[in-house]
Amino acid sequence: MRMASVASPVLARRWEGFKKAWYKFSRNPVSVVGLVFVLGVSFLAVFAPQVSPYPSSAGKYVNFSEASQPPSLKHLFGTDVFGRDVLSRIFFGFRYSLMMGVVVLSLVVVPGVVLGLVAGYYRGTWIDTVIMRVTDIFLAVPPLILALAICAVLTPSVFNAMMAVSLMWWPWYTRLVYGLASSLRNEYFVQAAEVTGASRGHILFREILPNCVSSIFTKMSLDMGWVILIGSALSFVGLGAQPPIPDLGTMVADGAKYLPDQWWIAIFPALAIMVTVLGFNLIGDGFRDLFALEEV
Amino acid sequence: MSILKFLGKRLVFSIFVLFGLSILIFTISRVLPGDPVRLALGARAPEWAVQNMRRQMHLDQPLYVQYYYWLAGALHGNLGESLYTRRPVTQDIKEFLPATLELVLFAGVVMAIFGVLLGAVSGRYSNTWVDNSVRIFSYIGVVTPSFVFAILFLLLFGYILNWFPSAGRLSPGIARPPFITGMVSLDALLTGRLAVFGNALWHMALPAVSLALGGMAQEARITRSTISDNLRKDYIASARGFGVPERMVTLKYLLKPSLIPTISILGLDFASLLANAFLVELIFNWPGFSRYGINVMLNKDLNAVAAVVMVLGVVFIVVNILVDLIVAWLDPRIRLGAERGK
Repeated sequence: MRMASVASPVLARRWEGFKKAWYKFSRNPVSVVGLVFVLGVSFLAVFAPQVSPYPSSAGKYVNFSEASQPPSLKHLFGTDVFGRDVLSRIFFGFRYSLMMGVVVLSLVVVPGVVLGLVAGYYRGTWIDTVIMRVTDIFLAVPPLILALAICAVLTPSVFNAMMAVSLMWWPWYTRLVYGLASSLRNEYFVQAAEVTGASRGHILFREILPNCVSSIFTKMSLDMGWVILIGSALSFVGLGAQPPIPDLGTMVADGAKYLPDQWWIAIFPALAIMVTVLGFNLIGDGFRDLFALEEV
Repeated sequence: MSILKFLGKRLVFSIFVLFGLSILIFTISRVLPGDPVRLALGARAPEWAVQNMRRQMHLDQPLYVQYYYWLAGALHGNLGESLYTRRPVTQDIKEFLPATLELVLFAGVVMAIFGVLLGAVSGRYSNTWVDNSVRIFSYIGVVTPSFVFAILFLLLFGYILNWFPSAGRLSPGIARPPFITGMVSLDALLTGRLAVFGNALWHMALPAVSLALGGMAQEARITRSTISDNLRKDYIASARGFGVPERMVTLKYLLKPSLIPTISILGLDFASLLANAFLVELIFNWPGFSRYGINVMLNKDLNAVAAVVMVLGVVFIVVNILVDLIVAWLDPRIRLGAERGK
């Protein structure tokens, strides 16, 4: 409220809009559950060194006297074959999963959206053709496959996995925004801006872009989940994070060798991936309902 | 626009996309660091052997010349030699691709049938316990990586309960049917060996279901939401008002138009099947193209990597054309090739 009284009327209106949206969002139990999951995972990731019971388990740590312990009060999720605490490694694993999602999306959204805006606005010209045909090429193969190929050619590492997934991910934003922008450009408010002599930049970023934001936002929250899934798949195969980095996908792959006897080594990291992805998915669904979007 | 014209247009466009894809994958595989020849011959191979092989593979030439040689070969059906299996890549494709296609097609059928079925029931009886359980299943299906399903199924049904085989395409002692398509189940069916067909399906069950569940959940979600939206539309009320039997309302007036969004995303779901096959084949030791793909990637086998990506690109494009044709057939509003109104 203080903000509303101090700031300009525009800001006050935005603040009101935000409050209304938050009210609607918080009425939906599904999105609240998602938010709780995401906030929980983020908290554990950020404060992993503080909250994990055995922080040294995250690295090159070996303690054979504690190896392969089933879940107990001392080790809630048990220990792996090197005697590392699985719960602690999961907390640190959240860091890599979230980092994967955040880095990829922050690299991808801006170029993807700008290309989509430009192609959509100049629909039917050579600019549209060039941008969208290049996009089609990138969309011609499932992203995981090309990401695998790129990671394989490079040396497998967390950084290269992020780069590979980013290279494969921007076309989705271009395609989404292209669809929106090419229909928005025929709206009266865009035509009015054109008639009054507004600059191209103004039309693209101040008239068209604000009307795409809700879709972009929704897609981003769903994509956080998908990128995390792809990241875990890459490291599951061994083309992503390398040991001893506690990546959830690597942990599942390593633990799978000791199934079914030492089930806790693989199952808990797998559940951790699911909870993280579920959280972002539920939030994304909440956004979709909130903005009444049909396609994202 | 006639079907033929639409197909022609799509084919020209596909050739363009594949050409672009070939440049992309070629650049990726050649520009980046790493010495494939050294890797293939081993660290102790003499320098002259490495040089010889490099010259043989045109790796000493500028990139565009290399691309020219590669493309010219590819157009003649020669994708080079795999450094990993030491055989022509095309021979590897012929051997491994059918197993993956068989698996992915089977998974696709399971995915589409059960996804639509679950979604339809859930949407028809929305907000009942049936609906709620399907929705919970959908969430679990969507967020679980296929490799986790694969591991769990392998463990539960393969090792503990021992209901399904845990690896391979046929039980030992069962002769492979003669090579027609290379897909064991289809070949068995074509030659009328039902026992072999059943055995092949039995071997495919676990990997196919682990592959299918994610897409199935996705399809169920979409079908559910379209069906429950359409259920509230006036035309359904008027159909009921005219006394059309409920069965017919559901099957003809409700289900058919509701399938359009579901089938439109089938293409995307198929992509996820192809991609996830890379992980699932590894877990079930399925002797398919994807497992081959992973192996050549781990071995930096450039010719084979490029071929794997190109072949999957072709498969994906063919599937998408089929999906477009089905959608156009289902939806008279979509004129073939016309703009899809957004």
